[in-house]
Amino acid sequence: MEYRDYYEIMGIKRDATQDEIKRAYRKLARKYHPDVSKESDAEARFKEVGEAYEVLKDPEKRAAYDQLGSNWQQGQEFNPPPGWQDGYEFSGGGYTNADSAQFSDFFEDLFGRAQAGGFQQEQRRGFQMKGEDHHAKIGVSIDDAYHGAERTITLKMPELDAGGHLATRDHSLNVKIPKGVTQGQRIRLRGQGGPGMGDAPAGDLYLEIDLLPHSIYRVDGHDIYVDLPVTPWETALGEKVSIPTLGGKVEMKIPAGSQSGSKLRLKGRGLPGKNNGDQYVILKIETPEAKTEEQKELYRRMQEEMSFNPRSRLGV
Amino acid sequence: MPIQSMKIDIIDEHFEFTLEELCQCCAVPDEIIIAMVEEGMLSPVGSSPAEWRFTGTAQRHVEITLHLQRDLRVNLPGAALALELIEEIEMLRRQLRVKG
Repeated sequence: MEYRDYYEIMGIKRDATQDEIKRAYRKLARKYHPDVSKESDAEARFKEVGEAYEVLKDPEKRAAYDQLGSNWQQGQEFNPPPGWQDGYEFSGGGYTNADSAQFSDFFEDLFGRAQAGGFQQEQRRGFQMKGEDHHAKIGVSIDDAYHGAERTITLKMPELDAGGHLATRDHSLNVKIPKGVTQGQRIRLRGQGGPGMGDAPAGDLYLEIDLLPHSIYRVDGHDIYVDLPVTPWETALGEKVSIPTLGGKVEMKIPAGSQSGSKLRLKGRGLPGKNNGDQYVILKIETPEAKTEEQKELYRRMQEEMSFNPRSRLGV
Repeated sequence: MPIQSMKIDIIDEHFEFTLEELCQCCAVPDEIIIAMVEEGMLSPVGSSPAEWRFTGTAQRHVEITLHLQRDLRVNLPGAALALELIEEIEMLRRQLRVKG
């Protein structure tokens, strides 16, 4: 088990006042809130800060934690000294916050595991209640979102162990990902959530789709964007070119005179849905290097014949 | 392992939740949803709570609101404002991503 330096996590000194701790927490909670933050590790940081605050805001827990001494380093291998909690009493089984299921082993070893009160429902005869709905995230490639796919997913399901503590159990499930799902969208799997009480049905499982980055395509809703390298003569003359789409290669005529950055639309070639998305093709003109004398001569001829100044609107 | 025959719904803007279903999947009592409707944060179709139909996006809005209230002690009007700003930022980020 690794030692956690709660003061370092919150960026405060060990002698910080309770007010300073509260202010530091509020600032960090806003900064790393997963719904708001753009930091890539926001969710992990948010949990870490929540755990640190859970200990430091409570004078009893803080005193007990401080007792471990200040010589430990964040991440250092750690085992609590025997009987270290003597003389401290933690009300509420160590937890006061609602969302404490994800605290570290370090926290749990020091302050005890969550009492699974919320999961212990009365076993009254004839009592019926639909099972809880569960939520999870699933990474899906853009190709799978287009074609649909079958996937086996493993979810960690909370469960009570023999001692009434909260434990997790692996739950594997074969899932058919319907075609046309997109970023942030959810799918609902009926009856795959928590078990119901009595004769009541099980809850549902909601999976949030997280589209994985693709080397060629970008996604906005059901629309697909792709950058297409083209030659100056293909755009100037308006030639036919091949374009990759999720459904395979298609041919398209570039309108003559298109410029770099021009956006062309392939209707209905995006992700499928009630209304199929479109694919947008953004032209990127690439110019060949003049390597041989003949090639240089070609450029010189263009220079003479085209009388083209792309900087005229800049007044130079 | 065989593919279990299970019903899969795509929760999108075409999907419809009843008030009861929305409460169940967000694990909240209906007062919370009703308060969000009164605040203008959710706009169900239908004239009375029994007839209300919410789109799939309502689920996400309820969840973000609950997180903001629980984690940052934001009140409902504050959460409504934050939600609008979050949506706007997401739209701008999407546009940035699309530009590549």
